[in-house]
Amino acid sequence: MARIITFQQAIGEALGQEMERDESVIVMGEDIAGGCGADGEMDAWGGVLGVTKGLWARFPDRVLDTPISESAFVGAAIGAATAGLRPVTELMFVDFMGVCFDQIFNQAAKFRYMFGGRAATPVVIRTMIGAGLRAAAQHSQCLYPLFTHIPGLKCVVPSTPYDAKGLLIEAIRDDDPVMFFEHKLLYSLEGEVPEESYTLPFGEANYVREGDDVTIITLGRMVHKSTEAADELTKDGIGCEIIDLRTTSPLDEETILESVEKTGRLVVVDEASPRCNIATDISAIVAQKAFDSLKAPVKMVCPPHTPVPFSSVLEDLYIPDAGKVAGAVRDVMTHKA
Amino acid sequence: MSAGIHKLTMPKWGLSMTEGKVVAWLVDEGAEVDVGAEVVEIETEKVSSVLEAPHSGVLRRVADVGVSVPVAGLIGAIADASVSSAELDVFVAAFQENFVPEEIEEEAAGPAPEIVEANGKTLRYLQRGEGGEPAILIHGFGGDLNNWLFNHEALSANRSVYALDLPGHGSSSKQLESGSVAELTGTLTAFMDAIGVPRAHLVGHSMGGAIALDLALNHPGRALSLVLIAPAGLGPEINGDYIEGFTTASRRRDIKPHIEKLFADPSAVSRQLIDDILKYKRIDGVDSALRTIAAALFPQGRQALVLRDRLAELSVPTTILWGGEDDIIPVSHAQDLPANLETQVLQGKGHMVQMEAPAEVNRSIVSCWDRSPS
Repeated sequence: MARIITFQQAIGEALGQEMERDESVIVMGEDIAGGCGADGEMDAWGGVLGVTKGLWARFPDRVLDTPISESAFVGAAIGAATAGLRPVTELMFVDFMGVCFDQIFNQAAKFRYMFGGRAATPVVIRTMIGAGLRAAAQHSQCLYPLFTHIPGLKCVVPSTPYDAKGLLIEAIRDDDPVMFFEHKLLYSLEGEVPEESYTLPFGEANYVREGDDVTIITLGRMVHKSTEAADELTKDGIGCEIIDLRTTSPLDEETILESVEKTGRLVVVDEASPRCNIATDISAIVAQKAFDSLKAPVKMVCPPHTPVPFSSVLEDLYIPDAGKVAGAVRDVMTHKA
Repeated sequence: MSAGIHKLTMPKWGLSMTEGKVVAWLVDEGAEVDVGAEVVEIETEKVSSVLEAPHSGVLRRVADVGVSVPVAGLIGAIADASVSSAELDVFVAAFQENFVPEEIEEEAAGPAPEIVEANGKTLRYLQRGEGGEPAILIHGFGGDLNNWLFNHEALSANRSVYALDLPGHGSSSKQLESGSVAELTGTLTAFMDAIGVPRAHLVGHSMGGAIALDLALNHPGRALSLVLIAPAGLGPEINGDYIEGFTTASRRRDIKPHIEKLFADPSAVSRQLIDDILKYKRIDGVDSALRTIAAALFPQGRQALVLRDRLAELSVPTTILWGGEDDIIPVSHAQDLPANLETQVLQGKGHMVQMEAPAEVNRSIVSCWDRSPS
């Protein structure tokens, strides 16, 4: 039966259930056991934000703390995947991913293709994204567009506890490398989640709400900012249809086009830096394939093209909020051709 | 509460409903209504339906069309013509003053589903009402206890009414052995034992109808009456494309056309309803459970078990209800049945007739129960 748990608990539960179900699933990363096992300690924190808390006590041989060397342990996880395990590796902040691009971009993403479809790399790389935690420029980026760019990688950006659990189980059972992006400010979000294991297919966007006037396409934490904006706009009689992409690769192009063809107006809300991000990608697809349906130019709501500021005042200005989304929706509604 | 004034409140159709929208009043303000008359059309995020008058009287106050009202919130008042307008104003003001929506006051959420172990299986069920001769509502293939969301509360006025999730369905265990009607009937009798209900009125929809019928025939004395709604088990024909499509589809786009076959009016199918079905189908074990049942009950698009020849054996009051436009199991199965059965065809309705015509179906169920000898 379903009960209310947090986004963080949903991810922990998915890991625990898959480790229970399949003993080839292992979890590895910096500080994820959190010192468990040392001096009789049985229940340490579990990862910087506690997602893997409790796993070591259940699976002491399969929860591996690693040295602080991302290039080494991400490479090791990819190698273990090619050799038959299903590793879920945690790289604290996506911002540090640069030191293991070769392992991810040139090795994991290419094996299936370069070995004529005969190699599988069932690795999941979990990582934290997003601004808002006053963590400054090197711990606050989104960066999922970089990975979406690479053929051979699947990219997941969940927005709710229900989606996080189902998408992570799908990711672990998938035979290809999956990048799994968790927004730090979503960990405390609560929602209804079934106790049973379940999967959500990749490439199926979620209709968060239906509306006739404007399509808002978004993902991750921005789903909630868009919902806030839509609630506000309802009072003015503007009906927003909100589509949560859930995965950026594969991308549910069909749902995007279906909705834009219905409403004729599009606002794309993306927390990633505004050049070559998911918003530009969606805008390009719609411009190519649904141009004749558009009643107004596409609007993108993204942060400015700067590093994420450390100043809390500037950081708050940087992150797209409900006011900016609502403003963009009003702009497309009042556009005169 | 003021004498002679009856409130009309937003019903709770299903566990997840928190509010509903008043879509249209079917009776004008100031008109007489009889108890049971269809008064107002309500839309929930899942599905639309019609609310019946809980009392007879004059419809004196109505909420505006288009407004959303929380569950248990006031949408109208029924009172005698003798009640003054001022008294009504006081009544409405007092209600609004004291009304706390469910989100704030969790206890008002109504009965919650419970879990029971039966035959080694974990079964979820929901009980409404107390006392009387108990009744059990049995859903069909791929359904769950929420299939009775427009019936359960109305039927439980004078008795305890249980709706369960069959094995392989809803939140019950997903493991099945053969998936046969006999296995499902065995689970149902074990469920009755586990909840301490030796005999009950059985109401079964579709596959649940075949289970109820099988139980009544093979466990005489345990069924007090039978209401079979578009039941399986009365003929070999069934829509094999539907069974195949529902069982195999895993994405919204693929399953939607199949769900639409269940209703005479496909616009009754909301995106939320489809999402809920997909949420169920994506739980580990459901795919295999559905395939097991489909293979046992509906191999090659035909019904494996036909009990038609045994209907004359039934000694309990039995009513057969069918939607005239059923696209899953043909309404022709309702023809030429033995005279000991009451048969009613609801024109213009599809396979989910208990959702499409709840008021009529509820009346027929209660009338069947009333024919029971005790």
